[in-house]
Order: sequence, then C-alpha cells, then structure tokens
Amino acid sequence: MIARTVVRLWPAAGSILLLAGCSGSQSALDPAGPHAARIESLWWLFFWVCAVVYVVVIAGLFVGLRRGAGRNAPETTPDPTGERRRVGVIAAAVAATALILFLFTGASYLTDRAMATGGAGDPSAIHITLTGHQWWWEVTYDDPVPVRQITTANEIHIPRGRAISIALRSPDVIHSLWIPNLDGKKDLIPGRDNIIAFRADRIGTYRGQCAEFCGAQHANMALLMVVESGDDFRRWQEEQRAPAAEPTSDEARHGRDVLLSSSCVLCHTVHGTAAGGRTGPDLTHVASRATLAAATIPNTPGHMAAWIVDPQRIKSGVRMPTNGLSPPDLQALLAYLRDLK
Amino acid sequence: MTAAERDLHRPFDTGLGDAELDAALVGSWGDPPGLWGWLVTTEHKRIAVRYIVTALGFFALGGILAGLMRIQLARPENGFIGPDLYNQMFTVHGTSMMFLFAVPVMESIGLYIVPLMLGTRNVAFPKLNAFGYWMYLFGGLFLYTSFFVNSGPDVGWFSYVPLAGPEYGIGKRADVWAQTVTFTEVAALVGAVQLVTTILKMRAPGMTIARMPLFVWAMLVTAFMIIFSMPAVVLASTMLIVDRLVGTHFFNYAEGGSSLLWQHLFWFFGHPEVYIIFVPALGMVSTIVTTFARRPVFGHLAIVLSMIATGFLGFGLWVHHMFATGLPRLGNSFFTAASMMIAIPSGIQIFCWIATLWGSRPALRTPLLFVIAFFVDFIIGGLTGVMLASVPLDLQVHDTYFVVAHLHYVLIGGAVFPLFGAIYYWFPKVTGRMLGERLGRWNFWLFFVGFNLTFFPMHILGLIGMPRRVYTYPADMGWGPLNLLATIGAGLIALSVLAFIANMAISLRRGSLAGANPWDAETLEWATSSPPPPYNFARLPFVTSLTPLWSERLTLTVVEGLRTDRREVLVTSVNDALPIQREQLPEPSIWPLAAAIVSSIVLVWSIFTPWAITYGAIPVLIVLVGWFWPKKPPEPEDTISDSAEGAQPIPFLSRGRRA
Repeated sequence: MIARTVVRLWPAAGSILLLAGCSGSQSALDPAGPHAARIESLWWLFFWVCAVVYVVVIAGLFVGLRRGAGRNAPETTPDPTGERRRVGVIAAAVAATALILFLFTGASYLTDRAMATGGAGDPSAIHITLTGHQWWWEVTYDDPVPVRQITTANEIHIPRGRAISIALRSPDVIHSLWIPNLDGKKDLIPGRDNIIAFRADRIGTYRGQCAEFCGAQHANMALLMVVESGDDFRRWQEEQRAPAAEPTSDEARHGRDVLLSSSCVLCHTVHGTAAGGRTGPDLTHVASRATLAAATIPNTPGHMAAWIVDPQRIKSGVRMPTNGLSPPDLQALLAYLRDLK
Repeated sequence: MTAAERDLHRPFDTGLGDAELDAALVGSWGDPPGLWGWLVTTEHKRIAVRYIVTALGFFALGGILAGLMRIQLARPENGFIGPDLYNQMFTVHGTSMMFLFAVPVMESIGLYIVPLMLGTRNVAFPKLNAFGYWMYLFGGLFLYTSFFVNSGPDVGWFSYVPLAGPEYGIGKRADVWAQTVTFTEVAALVGAVQLVTTILKMRAPGMTIARMPLFVWAMLVTAFMIIFSMPAVVLASTMLIVDRLVGTHFFNYAEGGSSLLWQHLFWFFGHPEVYIIFVPALGMVSTIVTTFARRPVFGHLAIVLSMIATGFLGFGLWVHHMFATGLPRLGNSFFTAASMMIAIPSGIQIFCWIATLWGSRPALRTPLLFVIAFFVDFIIGGLTGVMLASVPLDLQVHDTYFVVAHLHYVLIGGAVFPLFGAIYYWFPKVTGRMLGERLGRWNFWLFFVGFNLTFFPMHILGLIGMPRRVYTYPADMGWGPLNLLATIGAGLIALSVLAFIANMAISLRRGSLAGANPWDAETLEWATSSPPPPYNFARLPFVTSLTPLWSERLTLTVVEGLRTDRREVLVTSVNDALPIQREQLPEPSIWPLAAAIVSSIVLVWSIFTPWAITYGAIPVLIVLVGWFWPKKPPEPEDTISDSAEGAQPIPFLSRGRRA
C-alpha cells in the first residue's frame, strides 16, 4: 500500500520540479496506454535515483572544496591514514555506482520484456499498415476482404482497449513513428519490416510526429491518433469504407469536374470517381479529417483554399505543386471537397 | 671509423654555456624568417597554435549558426529562416563542431603540450604534422565555401542514407559532407599517429610509463581511439560518394545493399568520436586539479585504467543510437548493459578528483572555476546518458530535444568547460602572458549561466514531445516559453565568447608576464621558458618521479650529449624510457603544403568525376617524390650502444642544471 502511494507521488512531485506541466497532446509524461505508462514509471525511477546521486556527488565536491587549510608547498608524499580513508570512501562509492547501474539495467530489461508481450500476436488485434512518405503518412487498415480495406492519411482512429499492431513501411527515406502518449518510437526504414504494437486506454486525440530527420519538411510531418470508444470506431470504419459521397449541389458537381479535369488526379484518389493517383493522400473522405498537410494546418475551408492554391507557401518543399485555379473553380472545388465526408 | 671517432669532429652540447647553447640550437631549430618560414615550418608549437586558432575560428562560426537557429526557434512558427537554409545550418553546425572544432582542438592542444610534457623537442613526424594541419584547414574552408554558395550539406551531421543517397540527396550537398569528413579524418589520423609515436618513443629518459602525466595518457588513449574508429567513417563516407558518383549500391536495399549498414558504420565511429572529444578533456581536468590541489591526483593508476577502459568500452555502445530501428531485443539489451557500464570508469575518475580536491582549499582561479563547472554540468550529462542507455526510455526520448540537451551537457559540460579551463591554464605557457582574471570571471559566469539556461530546458522540451532537427513547431504545442528561454541563454553564451576574445586580445598586448611556471605546476612543460624556444629544452630533462618539478624544486637533472648542428631528439624505449638512439628530425619543408594543396584539389574534384582520382594521382606522385627526395647522404644512425666502445656514453646525465 505504501509502495503504491510512493509510486503515485513520484510524478506529482516531479512535475513541480520540471516546472512545466507535463500533460499535453504530445508528451511522454502523460501516458494514455500501458506502454507509455510503463516507460513513464521507469523514467521516474531513473529520475529520482539520478537526482539523489547528483545531489550527493555535488555536495561531496563542494564540502571537500570548503574543508581543510590551503598548503604552500605541494604535497608529494601523502599522509597514509588519509589515503586509506579515501580509498575506502571511493571503493564504497564505486560499489554503489555499480549497484545502481545493475538496478537500472534490471528495471530497464524488465520493462522492455513487459512491453514485448501481447500486441502483434493478439488474435483480436487491429492491423494497420503505416507508410511514411516525404512528408505525410499513408494509413491502411488491413482486411482480408480487399474492398473492406480503408485507406486514409495523417489520421489513425483506434478503439480504446484493443491491441493495435502497426506495420511500418517506407518507400523513400527513413522516418520514425512517435506518438509519445502511447508508446516509444519505431523507425520506418526502406526495405525493412518493422512492427509496433500497443494499446490505448484513454479516449482522446494524441498528436504524433516523425522523429527521424527526413528532409526539408521533417518538421511538418505529424499525424493524429484518435482513440475512441468501440462504437465510435465501428461507425468511423463504416463511413470510411463507403465510396466518395456524391456532390450535393451544382457548385460541388462543378467542383468534381474541376478535380477530375485537373492535375489533382495524377496524385490523389477519390474512390468512386476516375481519380486514382497514389502519390498523394487519398481524398475519398478528406472532409472527415481534422487537419491537412500532415497535421500542419486545420482542415477549414480557408486553410484548404490556401493549401490548394499555394502549398509551397505553407510547407515549402512539399511535393504538391501550386494550382492556378480561377476563383469560381476554386470555390467549386472547395465545395466538392467539403462534401467528401 | 667508430662512432666515437666520428663524434670528435662534431659539435655537441656537452659543456657549452647557456648563451652559446641557445645560439647553436636556435641556428639548427629556428625557422627561416618571414612568410616563407610561416609556410614551411615543421615546429609542433607553431603548427599547434595555428591549429588551435583555426579550430576556435570554426567554433565561432558553428556558434554563430547555432545562435541563428536559436533565433528561428525562439517562437513558434517563426519565419526568420526557412527549412532549406535551416537544414543546411544544423548540418554545418554539427559537422563543424564535431569535425572542425572538437576533435582538432583537442588533438592540437595535445600536439602543443605533449612534446613539452614529455621533455622532447618536436613530434615524431614533423612534416606529416604540417601536412595534417593544411588538410584540416582546406577541408574546413571547403565546407564553408560550399555553405556560402548554397551547397552546404543538409542531411544532418550523421548523413543517414537514403536521404543522403543518390536518389534523395540533391545537388552536391551530401558529397560536400562526405568529402569534408575525408579531409578532417586524414588530418585526425595524422595527428593520432604523431601522438602515439611521440608518446611511446620520445619521452624524456627516466619517464617510465608509470611516470607519464595523466594528460599524456589521455592523449594516448584518444589517439588509439582515433586510429581504430575513424577508418569506419572514412570507409562509410567513401562508399556514400561512390554510391552517389558511380552508382554502386552499398546502401540501396533494392539492389542488395542496406541503409542500416550506414548507421552501423557511422555509429561505430560516431560513438567513439564522443570519447575522442571527451577523454582529452579528462586529461585537462586531471592536470588542472593536480596543479590547484597542489598534490598528485589521488588514484593515478585508477584514473589511467579508467581512461583505458573508457577507450575500450566506447567501441561497444554504438547500437544505443539505433534502438528505434527495430534490431533484435536481446541484442539491444547487451548494448544497454555496455552503455551503463561506461558510467563506472567515469564515476571512478570523478570520485578520484573529488578525493584529490578534498580539503586542499584550492585557489579559485579561472581554470579551476571551469573545472568545477565541468563537475556540475558533465555529471548531469552523464546521468542523462545512463537514462538513454535504457531501451524503453531511449525509445521515448531518442531524436528529441532531450538528446540535444544530453549531448550538449556531455560535449560542452564534459569537454568545452575543461577546454576553456585548459586555455586559461596553458595560455601563459604559449604566449608568455597571463589571461586576465576579471574578464575570466565574466567569461566563466556568462558561459555557465548561459549554457544552463540554453540547454537545461531542452530536457523538458524533449519529454513533452519536441523532436530534434525541426525548423519550426506549431504554436499550440506549448513549447514556446522554454524555447525562448533557451534562446536567451544562447545570447549569454555569445556575450561570454566575446569576453573571452576580449580577454585574449588584451592579454596578448598587456597581460602580466607569466614567467616559466606561473601556477607552480609539476609537469615538464613548465620547466622551460614561456613561450618556449623553438627547440623547447636547451638540455633534455631526466625524469625521476611523477611530479618532476615538485620533487626537484630547485634543480632538474638534465641530459647532455646531443648534437647542436642538426635537429636531434632522443628516442627512448617504450616502457622504461631508456635512451636508445639519437634521431635526426627533418628541416622545414614546403612539401607538406604542396602535398596538401594537390590532395585537396583531388578530393574536391572527385565529387564531380571519378577520373579525378586517376588524373589527380599524377601531381600527387610528383609531390611525393619531392617530399621524399634525399637531401644529402644519410649519416649512420647513432645508436646508444654504439658509444660503449668510445670515449663517453651518449648521452649522459648531468646533475644540477635546470633544463
């Protein structure tokens, strides 16, 4: 009982020490799942032990500097009793260091082992393939029935409490998936099949970001992890499986024509239309997503317009070209994209 | 003719008066006057000083880049620097600090101090030493010239493939990085073989391996680490260049290569690299602690063994940079244990230094202040290093600002603080004048406060999610205030560096005169005048203890019997430093500069066409012929055993003289 209380007190006291509030949508100290929680407790163990070690060593240094009297002539033949005492203290300090390191190695190993179990082997796990591109994330929900697969971008929805297994792929350079509230990071390496498996226990939206430098727009390669209830997740899945919504107005219908007659289709897919490009994010349900450009800007009509017209201004170096659309065409296109819920 | 008969007709230093001896030695060891002398010199002190000044220049340039990056990051979504320039800047910053500042400055301080500490007159291969400096200078100029014409590398100082590979690395930027590495590795390897040979074969007679100062030990360990680690990165960067230039597929997984191969090769060098920077700093700390505590370092042997252990363990940790790449878990655990283990030798040294300082009431002069700051800051870096050794913790904070904080606490706390201390400590030896204490304190406190203000908040930034190598971040992440704090700290560091530059400028003109041994220190560099004459010691010292200038306070036993008409040094045995042979060192020569120029042209040219190697071999060959062209018929080697048949043993000891 006492031990449990102590464990709970660590983070609280630590937050005060670390000045900043540690809760946040992208924080390793605000766990929303068992892996992140285990790492967080390991962190506080390391933090407090290291803090004590630091205080003791620095106190030893400053006490030592303030003791004794200065000497004029250098001491070349030391006093043997003083030497013996020093050897004893140093031996004890080295032994303590070794013991602490042993504790750390053991705690670290046990945490790592605990995190290795479950996940990918779990038969009820949801399998997702995440492909990192310069500079966005392609998300595919695997399904034995091909038509039931879901493809989306920069936003992963998962149900609370289910094991999640994400296969990590990269066709270009090395990226790294990092959603600190849920788990540590794992690299997406061309030619290697990495898997990260975890579970989320708290409903909420958690931001993640590419953690391996991947070129010009590495800074703006983020994604959202939406943890929702099982019902909400099933509803979302069904919506995503549907083909693109039909335009609801004349303007939107014109917008679809604009899309299909412009270069958009070379890179983007809208299921149920002729647009089938695979280089850029799937737009079939683009209106259902909270952000654009890999969580760089919110998905509002204004931001969408700015992004379509001049993406280089928002994310310079991005692979999407500028689009010189006439204002009516742009408005129509926006109306159509708004309908793609 | 026996050796003794030959020697009768030659000038020796035996029995010469001080003034006569000085005139004779200046004649044989002095450089030609003027610019020509500057270009052809092979004197280790002149070369080391320009090496140190150049390295400090690159430190300032890298620091300016850091300052500009801090301005960009001061607030979220700032538009001061765009991604293309920012990515070049952090790459050039890292490359400068590692390859053009930290390693060269540590090696060059070694190249200045080590021969003096050993009681000899030059390094073992003086012409090669000059060549090393010129290669380093041209490599640095190459990097910055490229940067100023918008071709600076933009793929990080680690230059991961495939981002740096032929498909994704645009223009010649990644080639510039790879070839800069080649330049600096050549220079570093040249310095390392100098240090190893000089330390093992040119110590003053009587300086057995057990009487070697700790700074010399540190440089020896460092030099061996350079020799074993740098070939890995030379190989890797060459493979990268040929992948890019002639279409090999070392790193292309689609053709059987591997992008992880790059990471293994790079970090097999990259992790020892940290210790290559850090171990010399350990030697500096030991030196300053001894002098100020006024007693030999407690646990000399333990510290020597710790440094050697660090040198070995440093090669067994590289995978802790790669925990997130999905290597087998059990393998990762091995590297966790190895990484944790390196804290033991570091701990032993820290405990020994504290035991040395305990109760000694040292005078708190600027060199010691920097050493105390070393304890305060490096230990934080060491402890966060222990955290990073743990696989689960590393997976959270790897590639975040937590690591940025950690590496700066290790490299600035662990190496730059001792380096500043060492500059304050040895500046009087190099220039003959003391650095000012008042400006020294400004320098120290601004740096100490500025450093902690800049880098401590980064630990928290990393934990709350800020990744490394980002040119901007969204406003709603809440990272703004801590970043602003870090930028303010960077401003203080800049002021501190200005105080340092002012201090040096003022001291060079008006600093108080130092005398031979201003700190009353114990090692041999303080036995000669400040600044030392071109020949270092009029008579080579003979060493009877670990603390020669403390054990023999008034007189120092010296060696006589070296010739004065040519550049003679004494070669001694590896363990016991028994005299073996009198060795002639080369005269000043222009060939090292010529060789560096043609090699540089070939290296730069070869990023454009592989034919550069073929055509470039011709001028390189011509220069090498010039370099090795015999000047005059060689004289037979004067081995010491030779003289047993003759009149007097050469050399012999003479008591009662100061070296």
